[in-house]
Amino acid sequence: MLSIYITSFIVGGLICVIGQLMMDVGKLTPAHTLCTLVVAGSILDGFGLYEPLIDFAGTGATIPITSFGNALTHGALAEAEKHGIIGVLTGMFEVTSSGISAAIVFGFIASFLFKSKRTI
Amino acid sequence: MDEKKYQQLEQQLTPKPAYLKNCLAAFITGGFVCLIGQFVALFYITFFDFTERTASNPTVATMIFFAMLLTGFGVYKKFAQFAGAGSAVPITGFGNAVVSSAIEHRSEGYVLGVGGNMFKLAGSVILYGVFSAFAVALIKSILVALGVISW
Amino acid sequence: MVNGRGLLTFASQPVVVATGVTVGPLEEKKSPFAKYADKQYEDERCGLKTNEQAHARMMEEAVKIALSKVDKTPADAQFLLIGDLVNEMTPSNFAAGTVGIPYMGMFSACATSVSTLLTAALLTEAGMADLVIAGSASQHNAIERQFRYPLQYGSQKGATAQWTATAAGAAAVTPYIAGAPVITCGTVGVVTDLGMTDPLNMGAAMAPAAADTFKRHLDGHGKTLEDYDLVMTGDLGKIGFELFKTLLDRWEYNVSHTFRDAGAEYYGKHPEFLAGASGSGCSASVYFSEVYDKLLAGQYKRVLLIATGSLMSPLSYQQGETIPCIAHAVEIEMK
Repeated sequence: MLSIYITSFIVGGLICVIGQLMMDVGKLTPAHTLCTLVVAGSILDGFGLYEPLIDFAGTGATIPITSFGNALTHGALAEAEKHGIIGVLTGMFEVTSSGISAAIVFGFIASFLFKSKRTI
Repeated sequence: MDEKKYQQLEQQLTPKPAYLKNCLAAFITGGFVCLIGQFVALFYITFFDFTERTASNPTVATMIFFAMLLTGFGVYKKFAQFAGAGSAVPITGFGNAVVSSAIEHRSEGYVLGVGGNMFKLAGSVILYGVFSAFAVALIKSILVALGVISW
Repeated sequence: MVNGRGLLTFASQPVVVATGVTVGPLEEKKSPFAKYADKQYEDERCGLKTNEQAHARMMEEAVKIALSKVDKTPADAQFLLIGDLVNEMTPSNFAAGTVGIPYMGMFSACATSVSTLLTAALLTEAGMADLVIAGSASQHNAIERQFRYPLQYGSQKGATAQWTATAAGAAAVTPYIAGAPVITCGTVGVVTDLGMTDPLNMGAAMAPAAADTFKRHLDGHGKTLEDYDLVMTGDLGKIGFELFKTLLDRWEYNVSHTFRDAGAEYYGKHPEFLAGASGSGCSASVYFSEVYDKLLAGQYKRVLLIATGSLMSPLSYQQGETIPCIAHAVEIEMK
């Protein structure tokens, strides 16, 4: 039970280190880095490797943006398993809807509540 | 002076990123964000009807809510300058991209400004996530249909 | 008289008779130059609704302050030459609309302070004007959201990144009057592009342009480095300034001479501003405040001001273009 907190920290931290190296050494912009990580998450799930990572690391695997690719693929695959190829399109947002809907809702609420200010 | 020589000179004089320090900061902050997520998940498992697996959905939404507050109060940007990828890679970074765009473009109105620009940074992540998921799932479905692999 | 490519000599000795400088709240707190400014705003939007309105207001106030110092009003000025970095320079356009002076918007990115000053001197030299206002401005929030990211977007910036200054500077140019600093000559820059592509390292992109204009100015006008009490670049920033000096060193100029860079010094020693300030208000607010005051006080006798600008846009950068840069030089002398 306690170990999940340790693995979560370490795995989550390591995924961020990969992102940092892509930006610092690979000279990628943040947008390119995040897109690459998302695609990596999709591919890992294609090979069935991401779910074991979630079992091992919990939020260490579900909080990094890689899990977004994984969840989209996972939803698509689950529907495809049930309904055949048409499920690839229909199942995609089955699992991930919370991230996007939360971002839209909170983003919109924030635009009422906050004003953009410079900070340093 | 030709371009090549100048670029060499520029490389010499421009300080390199502090690779080790940046990676360490990304590791600690990124790990810490995930750890907070783990506690949020624990909260949902303990007090609501969620399992280890299903708790990830409300956890992600909650983390984005935190990102909204931190962005609105001007904390996330400072955190990001220190944390680097430790702030960008977790889902809170996605939330920050959406929220910061939304509040920035409020001056152009709620439809054209907020509506039109909310996803100007995060949109590419959604595009590549969705399309790669489509491609991966399609390939896998075809391979299964052909009997090469099984679910 | 034609005296070479891009070289300007003002025989009639037009003068900068007064200047006006306004700065934002952050500059007031963190910049050693703020104390030379005429007006410091307590609110980053000057109490207005949008950043762009504040941007226009700061420029407008700077123009009015410069005019008021010689007991003039906007109705007395013949030409207004100002510019900024926002799309289509709308802040300058709105400011010009408010003051109602016949206006030409001028764009040289962050080098606009000097390009407008040179043009003002030309109009005066040609006898077409006895009061011209030159100047430029930038407002951090407005520029940042256009060129980079939303203000609250978290992205880690490296040591080469610069912080767009919130400041405006205006100069009133008239025919020769004793006791005012004289615009003696200047050099219009050539667009220089050595293949730099990083928009978060604009100092490195601009340094060759500054070095080129510096050399052309000295060679073209037959000057030596020792003729100047100060050579000041615009917004190369700490890293670009080092590159600039290295380039001059290779041409065997004595770089231990009094060189300064407005951008590198703009925020003093505060490390959070990384390489320093940038923006078209950066050079304008330093040239037209500290440098101008010291010329008047006799502390500097002759200065060479080289404002630098990177002529890119988010569009050109995303299309993979390199960053073309410009540097304009103006020589100002206290007779």
